[in-house]
Amino acid sequence: MVSKPHGNKLINRVVVGRRRDHLLEEAKELPRIEISETLAADTINIAHGVYSPLEGFMTQEDYIHVLHDMRLSNDIPWTIPIILDVNPEDIVDIKEGDDITLTHNNKPIAIMKIEEIYGWDKNEYCKQVFKATDPTHPGVTKTMGRKELLIGGPIDLLNDIYEPFEKYRLWPIETRVLFEAKRWRTIAGFQTRNVPHLGHEYVQKAALTFVDGLFINPLVGWKKRGDFKDEVIARAYEVLIQHYFPKDSIVFSVLRMEMRYAGPREAVFHAIVRKNFGCTHFIVGRDHAGVGNFYKPYEAWEIFKEFPDLGITPLFIRESFYCKKCGGFVNEKICPHSDENRIRISGTKLRRFILRKEKPPEYMVRPEVFEVILSFDNPFIE
Amino acid sequence: MSKEKVAVYISKELYERVKKFIETQGGFSTIEEFVEFVLNEVISEEPTSYTMSKEDEEKVKERLRALGYI
Repeated sequence: MVSKPHGNKLINRVVVGRRRDHLLEEAKELPRIEISETLAADTINIAHGVYSPLEGFMTQEDYIHVLHDMRLSNDIPWTIPIILDVNPEDIVDIKEGDDITLTHNNKPIAIMKIEEIYGWDKNEYCKQVFKATDPTHPGVTKTMGRKELLIGGPIDLLNDIYEPFEKYRLWPIETRVLFEAKRWRTIAGFQTRNVPHLGHEYVQKAALTFVDGLFINPLVGWKKRGDFKDEVIARAYEVLIQHYFPKDSIVFSVLRMEMRYAGPREAVFHAIVRKNFGCTHFIVGRDHAGVGNFYKPYEAWEIFKEFPDLGITPLFIRESFYCKKCGGFVNEKICPHSDENRIRISGTKLRRFILRKEKPPEYMVRPEVFEVILSFDNPFIE
Repeated sequence: MSKEKVAVYISKELYERVKKFIETQGGFSTIEEFVEFVLNEVISEEPTSYTMSKEDEEKVKERLRALGYI
């Protein structure tokens, strides 16, 4: 059976039919706040239940609880604040209790009931969420550049934003129906922001050995400079799945959501999100959602001990490497050989081959995947 | 939820097994906390707020078919 939604409640705040027509008219008369693509994606994710049990952006009580206790005020595990930041001058005529229209590119996205307007300490946010205030951390830089006030309250979704990967976008209600139709009882979620190399494939297949199905769910949306472009990731997975995975055991779908690079906290958040999609298990690898040397390699494994009530089982899979003596991909738990026989595959090494347009060894990346990467003039975010 | 407590009796053998489980697995500070968690999990099998009729489900399946998922 697919996993129960987080908080036992799959949220649906998508307005349809005559109520939508009515609210679209009402939205024209309300004060408007223009939001970024990232916040529009959060709004849409809330409405479609990706962030269940959240029904809107966090009010202060939930924000403080999440920041300090990694739980919502009702004690449900939640590790990353979902917040909407505004400039004071954006809300001079707006007060608590008002309805506003959230727009993106001047198109109405949602109506929000403002329950609370409150200030936040961005430095404290960074300390708690990223365990860092160093501006070389991309999450810190992004947070420090955010606006001064937060507004919290439920949203009602009126319009979606353009999704270039529409054919690969599934919502939790759809994956739940799909997993049931496939008669999968156990599903492992795999989070990624990279093109797949053989190390990833090893981890995915190791997990798939023990569950009925694998849900590969890369993030599209804001990522740091130097990461792979969304289109490269999607097309690379297309060919990998086509050539190297049993089709009946895989569901591939993208999720528009920003990377926070918050390491351990984000690992738990990623697990919660995949639980809402119906996953029973979630793969947590080495340095999950990490960046640079901000987190210890297996720090993301430790944090799960604090959440016996998470409702999704983490699958801790060690870093894999190619062992010349074993003649294949293994990990340190199953390979007896010394370090000089082990070749570690990293995104950085792969990047060097790509920049030189030089064919990498076969144990690094599938040739079909590499061909896709090279078909882009520049596969990286500038 | 009320904070009032009531006594529940379980076999000594099960009590000892739970105690050992908590000591080795961690995650719970008391047997009472463990029992409350397990009971909550069992009785919370309520339907989700996302109500779906057969017709809605068929629409979802139609989209999944069109996208090639099923």
